[in-house]
Amino acid sequence: MTPPRHRAPESAQPAWGEPERASRPGRRRRGPSSLRLVWVYPDLLSTYGDRGNLLVLQRRARLRGLEAEAVVVNADEPVPRSGDIYLLGGGEDLPQILAARRLSADGGLAAAAGSGAVVLAVCAGYQVMGAEFGGADGEPVPGLGILDIRSGRGERRGVGEIVADVDPGLGVPRLTGFENHQGMTRLGPQARPLARVTTGVGNGDGTEGAYAGKVLGTYLHGPVLARNPGLADLLLSWAAGPLTPLAGADEEWARRLREERLAVVPA
Amino acid sequence: MRKLPLRARLATTVGGAAGRVSRLSGRGDGSVIGGVVGLRMEPDLLRLLAVGRQIVLVTGTNGKTTTTRLITAALSVLGMEVASNAFGANMEAGLASALGQARGALFGVLEVDERYLPAMIDVTAPRVVTLLNLSRDQMDRAAEIWLVARRWREALANTPDCQVIANADDPLIAWAAGGAKRVTWVAAGQRWREDSWCCPDCGSHLLRDEIDWRCGECTFARPSTRWVLDEESVIDTRGRVRELSLALPGRANRANAVVALAVADMFGVDMDQALPRLREVTSVAGRYTQLERDGRRLRLLLAKNPAGWLEAFDVLAPAPTPVLLAVNARVPDGKDTSWLWDVDYRLLRGRPVLVAGERRIDLAVRLEADEVEFELTDGVDDAVQRVPPGPLDVIANYTAFQQIRTALGRAE
Repeated sequence: MTPPRHRAPESAQPAWGEPERASRPGRRRRGPSSLRLVWVYPDLLSTYGDRGNLLVLQRRARLRGLEAEAVVVNADEPVPRSGDIYLLGGGEDLPQILAARRLSADGGLAAAAGSGAVVLAVCAGYQVMGAEFGGADGEPVPGLGILDIRSGRGERRGVGEIVADVDPGLGVPRLTGFENHQGMTRLGPQARPLARVTTGVGNGDGTEGAYAGKVLGTYLHGPVLARNPGLADLLLSWAAGPLTPLAGADEEWARRLREERLAVVPA
Repeated sequence: MRKLPLRARLATTVGGAAGRVSRLSGRGDGSVIGGVVGLRMEPDLLRLLAVGRQIVLVTGTNGKTTTTRLITAALSVLGMEVASNAFGANMEAGLASALGQARGALFGVLEVDERYLPAMIDVTAPRVVTLLNLSRDQMDRAAEIWLVARRWREALANTPDCQVIANADDPLIAWAAGGAKRVTWVAAGQRWREDSWCCPDCGSHLLRDEIDWRCGECTFARPSTRWVLDEESVIDTRGRVRELSLALPGRANRANAVVALAVADMFGVDMDQALPRLREVTSVAGRYTQLERDGRRLRLLLAKNPAGWLEAFDVLAPAPTPVLLAVNARVPDGKDTSWLWDVDYRLLRGRPVLVAGERRIDLAVRLEADEVEFELTDGVDDAVQRVPPGPLDVIANYTAFQQIRTALGRAE
């Protein structure tokens, strides 16, 4: 039997799990202005349109003349250590536990983060980055310990539109997103809250998400970078240095989406 | 059929009247309100209505309504009345209403919402349970699909008398049906695989090729099948091969038809008798309906989740036939539009794409990321004016679809 690959045999388009211009680890040499985006375990952690974060980063990099190569790594493959930005998405309880176990055994993600790579981890992926999270029956499951956070199970599921004001030090406008999780996350001294919730649940204590160095986690779907291009640019600038602004026409739809979403949520 | 107790009889009469009022007043198709009123008067109404009947329950993420319709069509060979919630009212009230409106029907073919299957198995004591597929859908209000599968598995394990017809190509379905005593496995295919890369039994990675799948760690593997969808044909349990030649378009409907044939076979309806009836089905609750508007020939396709959109793309007329995409995010649709990013829209490049619906800006951002050119419209009437006379395919999610049907005069 062939190893599992995300493959859409009846389609002439590039296969689903392997975006256009994607390459397998190590296949292509990187130019000086090329970014390597590593999508970690989409077979386990990609339940809420998480592919969108990858697509938005690629688009916003290319509009600035930066090549952005997507590397898709499934759970049965090693995580390369040479990526510039790593992306982890949301997932159900069992895949989340499996992802934590495999990532821990693999060691690639922790090594990359330790040597300064950018990480965006969303929802289940965010929890996995911490010291521990709540399993299928609420029992503590060890995480990767890359972010100084601990997550457990809350009483109720937080579901709905969320708005949060970002730590002013990051220079990113107000976040809009959709959350759907039962996790409660407490931050340790080595992590800072990403934002303060104005509508919604977030970490459960009025804060939302966390960051430390260039590792950033959040509960926001939407996907978060599609609704918050400012956050996408923050990650790109962490990886590639200062960015030129985009032309107005290239920002138009995202701007309208933000306006519309922020308008429907009571301030 | 056994006579109903007085209160249940009264409940169905009052419920039926409410349904007629609802239809006459134009507020709905009357398929829920009757059951709601009836159940309020007699909470055990559905159980009483199901007693003594041959009940078939149909569930899955996609294809419930169409498969229910196809099974009903196949069973019509028997020449007996069949009760069915043909308009997709698939919770307890809808089921009660369907059975209450067809008191003399020996057969009941009932589509059931995924979450309610265990309860409806308990209440209706079905002879057959049909499991189609399971994938991500309306994640903001539905339970996680692994949890749904686990509940199905437990419910079926506790119902030894029931025959299960299940799709062996969907690992989650295979796992859920694996709890049952008697299963007829159908090779109905699975195009959407993004929810089945892990073993439902042990969580390890599944090894998959074009057809087969098995767990790399434990013994869980694809069961061997008795019915097979092979491209355009069906292969039955005796190895007979027949062209399906349905009027309904697409691979997904061919899969639904093979499942319907397997169900009909349980009731002694031969494939060669059933197939002509399946071919007569041209539209299902407005889906696949073709209608004319100012010289444009519109075809309406309902797609509610990523797996459904993938199947809808399969049905599209070839480029450069234009397509209108309409998306809402009301409660029945799921309020989170993140799923739009799970759909691969690159397949639409090279044809005119129009977008509509309450969340059309979400769609715009999504299409822009996939480098698909599009035009924003104010709805189906506006879209019709923007395309040349000729065919126009329309793909919409649930409430957007209903709005378009209403705008076009609720054409069936």
